[in-house]
Amino acid sequence: MWYTGIHVVSAKWGSVMSAPAMGTTKTAHSDVAPKKKRGPGALATAYLVIYNVVMTAGWLVIAVGLVRAYLVRGSYHGLYFSIEKPLKFFQTGALLEILHCAVGIVPSSVVLTGFQVLSRVFLTWAVTHSVREVQSEDSVLLFVSAWTITEIIRYSFYTFSLLNHLPYLIKWARYTFFLVLYPMGVTGELLTIYAALPYVQKTGLYSVTLPNKYNFSFDYYTFLILTMVSYIPLFPQLYFHMMRQRKKVLAHVEEYKTE
Amino acid sequence: MSRTTFFERNIGRITVEVLDGRTRQQLCFLDKVEPHATIGEIKSLFHKSYQQLYPARQDLKLDPKGKSLRDDDVLQNLPVGTTATIYFKDLGPQVGWTMVFLAEYLGPLFIYLLFYFRAPYIYSHQDVFTSSPYSVVTLACACHTCHYIKRLIEAIFVHRFSHGTMPLRTIVRNCVYYWAFSAWLAFYINHPLYTPPSYGDMQVNYALAIFVLCELGNFSIHVALNNLKAEGGPKCRRFPHPTKNPFTWLFFFVSCPNYTYEVGAWASFSVMTQCLPVALFTFLAFIQMTIWAKGKHKTYSREFKDYPQLRMPIIPLLL
Repeated sequence: MWYTGIHVVSAKWGSVMSAPAMGTTKTAHSDVAPKKKRGPGALATAYLVIYNVVMTAGWLVIAVGLVRAYLVRGSYHGLYFSIEKPLKFFQTGALLEILHCAVGIVPSSVVLTGFQVLSRVFLTWAVTHSVREVQSEDSVLLFVSAWTITEIIRYSFYTFSLLNHLPYLIKWARYTFFLVLYPMGVTGELLTIYAALPYVQKTGLYSVTLPNKYNFSFDYYTFLILTMVSYIPLFPQLYFHMMRQRKKVLAHVEEYKTE
Repeated sequence: MSRTTFFERNIGRITVEVLDGRTRQQLCFLDKVEPHATIGEIKSLFHKSYQQLYPARQDLKLDPKGKSLRDDDVLQNLPVGTTATIYFKDLGPQVGWTMVFLAEYLGPLFIYLLFYFRAPYIYSHQDVFTSSPYSVVTLACACHTCHYIKRLIEAIFVHRFSHGTMPLRTIVRNCVYYWAFSAWLAFYINHPLYTPPSYGDMQVNYALAIFVLCELGNFSIHVALNNLKAEGGPKCRRFPHPTKNPFTWLFFFVSCPNYTYEVGAWASFSVMTQCLPVALFTFLAFIQMTIWAKGKHKTYSREFKDYPQLRMPIIPLLL
């Protein structure tokens, strides 16, 4: 025996056990090496500033459009139609953000960004645009307004960050408003998909049945239901992630307020 | 014993303390450890104090944010003084590679057969235990089944695995993926409303021929890789090379011909069944295997200065 003794100081196993990270795809033996910072160059920064300013402006247009339409009509119903075009344009334009991550001028995960943008685009085109009957639903206003406020804050946050002059108010808003806007948006989205279900089932929208040459079938109705179900595990994860980010970001600033 | 004897006996010995990587709490204290002890031996010792934490589950590091230590690292060759502080992390339950492959392959094997024989509750009531009038459906079942039997045989008898284990979470995720996908494609191929290939027997037969060739090719490569490990030994590392077997001549063109053949087998299976879900599975498998092939290719190129320039990772001359 080449060892003379083991002194076990703590046998409190329960407190030491660490749970594997949720959704991790790396195997356990991967290295934890510091990631190389891929920041944008001067040209990329200029482009990103322009992009974010344009997006901020676009969503402001949508916000103004909603308010004006409300004032003109005098009711909350059917406001979707007054902002339909800019909504489609600017929400679809967000697809560029996937490209930004892929190229490396934005240090975010392509998969995560792709997932977020595609889910928005899906709701805009494959649900709201495709199923006319839901366009007059109030749930549409619910998610559109949540998106509008969120995006205005988010894009202005990015703009100011790129210019290295981020007002605390914007940072605070970005990491606080989501507490209400996120559940609001999710509720609107789920209600809208739910409202679309009977029409999708009746018309067989985007569905393929057997028999066919390529031996494939797709039931859009079931797909929408599965989409709704997927919110159950996904939404809490994202929400609590944002809450943890909030603690980190806002706690830091409390220590040394610079702006 | 006298003072000198004590000193002589313990000269050069190292004190090892194992701390939890997150909490920095001391978990284990080993004094008078021989300097030529390996990390593997440390792990065995640690296991003695913590029964559930078998060595495969332990991740030991000198720096909590740094690289993991290997089992064959020797204590005295590491940058430690007379006291070594090692940080521990629990990797969670681990499963040996053979078990992993068994779980991943037995699932699709049996699931497909459930669909082939049209077990109850899959298709409509009147179709239970009926069979398809098309020969291609039976052929597809034979091909799919043989593919997975071959994989199981390889997993048990051919492959030699370098890393001991895989985390439980990963296996569950992989199994869900393989099992669900095989259920999905089996559903269509064995469906009562299945439509046989547009170009009939010619399409099926050509596809079948390519399928068989790719399976043989894939098997040849696995055997060749296995023999490479055997002939090289732990000290002499060589990269894979073509042998007398014509199937291995693909090594002239690609680093990972086993993946090339695998993609070929599934592509031909897609053509043979003319089934879109199979094509989708092939496509996803192709993406994943390309990622692996590129990684392997990079590793080979970096490790061996004389690595052939002509070789591409997975597709000859292209990718």
